[in-house]
Amino acid sequence: MSDDHVYMTLAEGHEDDTRWAYGTGFEDPLHGVDTAVPDDVDAGELASLCVTLADDALVCAQRLAEWTTRAPELEEEVALANIGLDLLGQARLLYSRAGQADGTGRDEDAFAYFRDAGDFRNVRLAELPNGDFAFSIVRLLVLASWRLAHFERLTAHRDPVLAAIAAKGVKELTYHRQYAAEWAVRLGDGTEESHGRMRRAQEQVAPYLGELFTAYDVRDEVVTVLRQVTEAAGLPMPVYRPLPGSGRTGEHTEHLAPLLAELQGVARAHPEGTW
Amino acid sequence: MDTTRSSPAGTDGAEPDLQQHFDGTIARDQRIEPRDWMPEGYRKTLIRQIAQHAHSEIIGMQPEGEWITRAPSLRRKAILFAKVQDEAGHGLYLYSAAETLGADRADLTERLIEGRQKYSSIFNYPTLSFADVGVIGWFVDGAAICNQVPLCRSSYGPYARAMVRICKEESFHQRQGFELLMTMMRGTPEQREMVQDAVNRWWWPSLMMFGPPDDASPNSAQSMAWKIKRHSNDELRRRFVDMTVPQAEKLGVTLPDPELRWNEERGHHDFGTPDWDELMRVIKGDGPCNDQRMERRRTAHEEGTWVREAATAHAAKQAARERKGAVA
Repeated sequence: MSDDHVYMTLAEGHEDDTRWAYGTGFEDPLHGVDTAVPDDVDAGELASLCVTLADDALVCAQRLAEWTTRAPELEEEVALANIGLDLLGQARLLYSRAGQADGTGRDEDAFAYFRDAGDFRNVRLAELPNGDFAFSIVRLLVLASWRLAHFERLTAHRDPVLAAIAAKGVKELTYHRQYAAEWAVRLGDGTEESHGRMRRAQEQVAPYLGELFTAYDVRDEVVTVLRQVTEAAGLPMPVYRPLPGSGRTGEHTEHLAPLLAELQGVARAHPEGTW
Repeated sequence: MDTTRSSPAGTDGAEPDLQQHFDGTIARDQRIEPRDWMPEGYRKTLIRQIAQHAHSEIIGMQPEGEWITRAPSLRRKAILFAKVQDEAGHGLYLYSAAETLGADRADLTERLIEGRQKYSSIFNYPTLSFADVGVIGWFVDGAAICNQVPLCRSSYGPYARAMVRICKEESFHQRQGFELLMTMMRGTPEQREMVQDAVNRWWWPSLMMFGPPDDASPNSAQSMAWKIKRHSNDELRRRFVDMTVPQAEKLGVTLPDPELRWNEERGHHDFGTPDWDELMRVIKGDGPCNDQRMERRRTAHEEGTWVREAATAHAAKQAARERKGAVA
C-alpha cells in the first residue's frame, strides 16, 4: 500500500513540540508581547474594562456554540461557529490583558472558569437563551453593532495592547454585523411568519437595549445602524423600554448561572487537571 | 476528459463506445469528471457513497459538539469549536460533490432524515467524558484518515479533490485529539482513568468503522473494480491496528483486546474479532444513540424550515424588485 499519511507519524517524538499547530504547554495568548501598562493608564480601570468586554464575548460565544448542530442550514452552522470563535478569541485576549493589568497575573481560564455569576459583568442581553433564529439574529445585530462602534473607539486607546485587540476585533465585528444585518433584512422581508418572528424578537430585545448605552457613549452610532437595517427589513425601530438593574454591576437574569454551570462544570470538577 | 463524448447517463449497454471509453479512463487511472459519460451504476454507487459520507460529517458533529459548551479550558473550547465547524464544512463540500452527479442537497437531507440513507455507525455511540473528545480525534478521525486517504485517488474527480482537503483537516483533528490525550495522561490519576475508559469504549466501534469483513461486504468488489474504492475493509482495518498499537504504548494506555499481539511471521498485529452482530444492530438502528442523533438532525431541519422559506421568499421578492427597477 502506498497511501502514506501523517497518522503514521503521530507519536514520533519532537522535543520542541512545535509540530502542534496550537503549541503545547500553552498558557498565555499574549506571550512575547510587551505587556507593561503605560504610566498614564489607570490599570484598575483598564482591567475592569477588559473583563467587561471579555465577559460579553464569552457569554455570546457560549450561546452561539449552543447553535451547533441546530442551525437552520449548513452555511449557518459554519457562519455562527465563525462568529462564536471570533468572540471566544477576543475574550481570551481580553482576559489575559485583564490579568496583567490588575496585578493578579490570573490567566484566561481563571476568569472564565473560576468566577461566579455575580462576578460577571456582561450585559443581560448576551445571556438570554437563544430563542428562535430571529431572536438570535436580532440580538447579534444589536450586540455586534454596539461592540463594533465601541471597538472602533478603542483602537485609539492609550493602552497599546487593548488598542491592538480592538483593531483585530474591528475586522471580525464588521463581518458579524454584516451577517446579522443581511439575515435581519431577509427575515424582515421574507414571509409573514419570518416578519412576525422578527417583530417578536425585537420586542424581546428592547428592554435590554438601555443597558448597553449606560457606560460607553456610542448610542447614536448604534441607533443609526439599527435604523438603517430595520428600514431595509421593513421593520419598525424597537421601542426602548428601560428595565431596572444591569449586568454591568453583576445583576443578572436567572439564565446566567445555568449557562456558567455548563461552561465551568468539567473544569471545576477537576481543579487540578491539565487540559 | 473528452467532453464531446459526454451524454446523459442511463444508457448502460446502449452505447458500447461510451462504455469502452469509460473503461479505458478507469484502466489508465485517469479521472472521470462530471460531464463525462458514466454507467448509471457507477453514478448511483458514487451518489450513495458520497451522500453517506456527507451525512456522516453532519451527524458526526453531534457527539463532540455536545462538549463545546463544556470544554474545560478556553483553548480546548476554541479547538473543539473549530473542529466541529470543519465537519460542517466537509459536509458542504461533499454534498456539492454529490450535486455534480445530479443529486440535490435538499433531497439527500430528506433521505437522511427519513432514514433512507445511512451515516457512519460510529456516531451512534455516546460521548461520556471530555476524554472522549480526544479519543474520537485519535481513533475515529484516525480510522477516517485510513479510509479516506486512498479516496484522494478515487476515479471520480470532484470526490477525489474534496477528499484531499478533507484529509488534511482530518489529520489536523487527529493530532489535536492525540495531543489532548497526551496532556490528560500527564494530569491527575482521574484524568488518566478518563482516558483509559474512553479508549475501552471506542476501540471496538472504531475497528468496525472499516465495515464488515471482506467476505461479507457485498458492494466492495464492484467499487474496487471501478476504482471508487482502493483497498479492502480488512486491509484497511489491519493497517489501522498496526499504526495505532505503538501510539497506545507511547500514550500509556491499554487497547482492550487480549488477543492483540505482534505476529513476526506476518509482519502485522494479530487482533480479536469485532462483534459483527453489534455492528449490524447499530447499522439497523439499534445503537445506543441512533434515535437521538436522528431526532436532533430532524428537529434542526424542521425548525429551520421557516428560515429557509423566508430566505427564498426574500430572494424572489428582491429579484422581482430588480426586474421592476430595470424596466422602469
